[in-house]
Amino acid sequence: MLDDHVDILRLEKITKTFHIKPVFGPAKTVEALRNVNLSLKPGKALALVGESGSGKSTVGRMIVQHYEATSGRILFEGSDIADIADRASQMKYRQAVQMVFQDPFSSLNPAHTIRHHLQRALRLHQPDHSGDADVCRILDEVGLDPKTTPDKYPHELSGGQRQRVNFARALAVNARLIVADEPTSMLDVSIRKSVLALMQRLKAERGLSILYITHDIATAEYLAEDTAVMFRGQVVEQGPTSDVVGAPKHSYTQLLRAAVPDPRQRLLAGDSGFSSHAKDVREASAHLVTGMIEQAPGHFTAQQ
Amino acid sequence: MKQNNTPLLQVKDLRVEYLTAGDPFAAVQDVSFDILQNEVLGLAGESGCGKSTIAYALMRLHKPPALIRSGDIRFEGRSILTFDAERLRAWRWSEVSMVFQSAMNSLNPVMSILGQFSDMLKAHGKISRDEIIARTAEMLKMVGIPAERMHAYPHQLSGGMRQRVALALALTLRPKLIVMDEPTTALDVVVQREILQEVLRLREELGFSVLFITHDLALMAQISDRIGIMKGGEIVEIGTTEQIVTNPQQDYTRALWSAMPVLEQPKEAGANVR
Repeated sequence: MLDDHVDILRLEKITKTFHIKPVFGPAKTVEALRNVNLSLKPGKALALVGESGSGKSTVGRMIVQHYEATSGRILFEGSDIADIADRASQMKYRQAVQMVFQDPFSSLNPAHTIRHHLQRALRLHQPDHSGDADVCRILDEVGLDPKTTPDKYPHELSGGQRQRVNFARALAVNARLIVADEPTSMLDVSIRKSVLALMQRLKAERGLSILYITHDIATAEYLAEDTAVMFRGQVVEQGPTSDVVGAPKHSYTQLLRAAVPDPRQRLLAGDSGFSSHAKDVREASAHLVTGMIEQAPGHFTAQQ
Repeated sequence: MKQNNTPLLQVKDLRVEYLTAGDPFAAVQDVSFDILQNEVLGLAGESGCGKSTIAYALMRLHKPPALIRSGDIRFEGRSILTFDAERLRAWRWSEVSMVFQSAMNSLNPVMSILGQFSDMLKAHGKISRDEIIARTAEMLKMVGIPAERMHAYPHQLSGGMRQRVALALALTLRPKLIVMDEPTTALDVVVQREILQEVLRLREELGFSVLFITHDLALMAQISDRIGIMKGGEIVEIGTTEQIVTNPQQDYTRALWSAMPVLEQPKEAGANVR
């Protein structure tokens, strides 16, 4: 049905402009995304890395249709998602693409058990498989105890466990693409890796495609085959993770890379160059991207 | 770094319990440690290990159902557990201050930045409006925020700027110890690095000790002189940063290290940044 050459997801020249009309003060427009091109292959993970406000979450929300693109196309398995007209195909798209949010504490309904959360998703999309056995199977798959978990309420689970429930919910509907928006950033460092390992396993065993949105470039290296770095609504560098994270060419990616805490490197009081360097790089990286230069096969950096 | 060997703060056999319907729950179990003058002591551990409870107890900010069951906290030799309300109020902020976990949200949203400085300065002595403005401008400049932003409200500043304001507030009265409870958790790595660099620079300039609490071991190793590892309300290991990084003695410390993703390759491309 799907050959390997077709990208499961493709963003072509996506632009998103928000018009903000505050109660006080003048209206203004914010260019959240400027001419973004991305592609994700089936069964692979693409990491979208950037600081807060870089537009990476906007990309995620556009894919799950929370926002519409101002211009450009989003292709899912080759067809434009803006063309989805009837309810049946809408339903099919929502089943195939699921989102996992950043905050595990607010993305589950506190008044319902975990069984309710999973069965609801099952009944909507797979009415034949909504029994207890299916709930248990899915919980088992994400590494939660299938015996005790169904009757628990969200407040009885830790952040990491709740995030696993969110992944279980996406699995329950047989999603093929998961948009994970900073799924580990609110978790303890000590359990972060186990959630990453879960995503890694889902990708390897179930062939899931993952769009992994993060500000932590170190975790991108752990999970994703490809990485795109965003700054101020533009992609400044993209390509295979080993190139982008291992040997970054764009000055912003280099800055991001250098700022990752490294236990072997002590910070010194006299090292005030970092801030001024960061300021320069930010200014230079905010300019309009005029083209992409190919540094190595598949590894592109922005020309500004 | 000049370091004096008399401890600034001594915590001895501190036990903090939370009263519950059943047996009291001991969140901090007979913990002892010292913080030296001009030292950055890191306290690491996963959520729920009691590290924030220690931070709150140190400033006696813990509220029922938490209570200090036994032990002692001595600041420059004086037991702070014997302070009365008035003395405690004067002591807090002028000698020990705190940057909270969500420093971004610890500012009063309906007060301008100047208002928050003014509140704090007035609470600690008589001061004229001109002096308040001068002091606020000086402190904001120190953390890298233009002085004219003092009239802004918290929502008009970015997360990183709010964090800097919280830091400036904590430094204004030149305290000898600053407790930082996960001060940069909500920020991205570049801003985080900028703020920590700022803290270290200010420490060099002003001289103060820091109790730095986080669950990010790599970050902690970058700025601490010594590190304590906490688990289930106890300090399982405490040692110099060098020792905790290269030669951890406890299985738990090793487990904490292996639980986090660290960039593997040596940083070649990023080297020119430093």
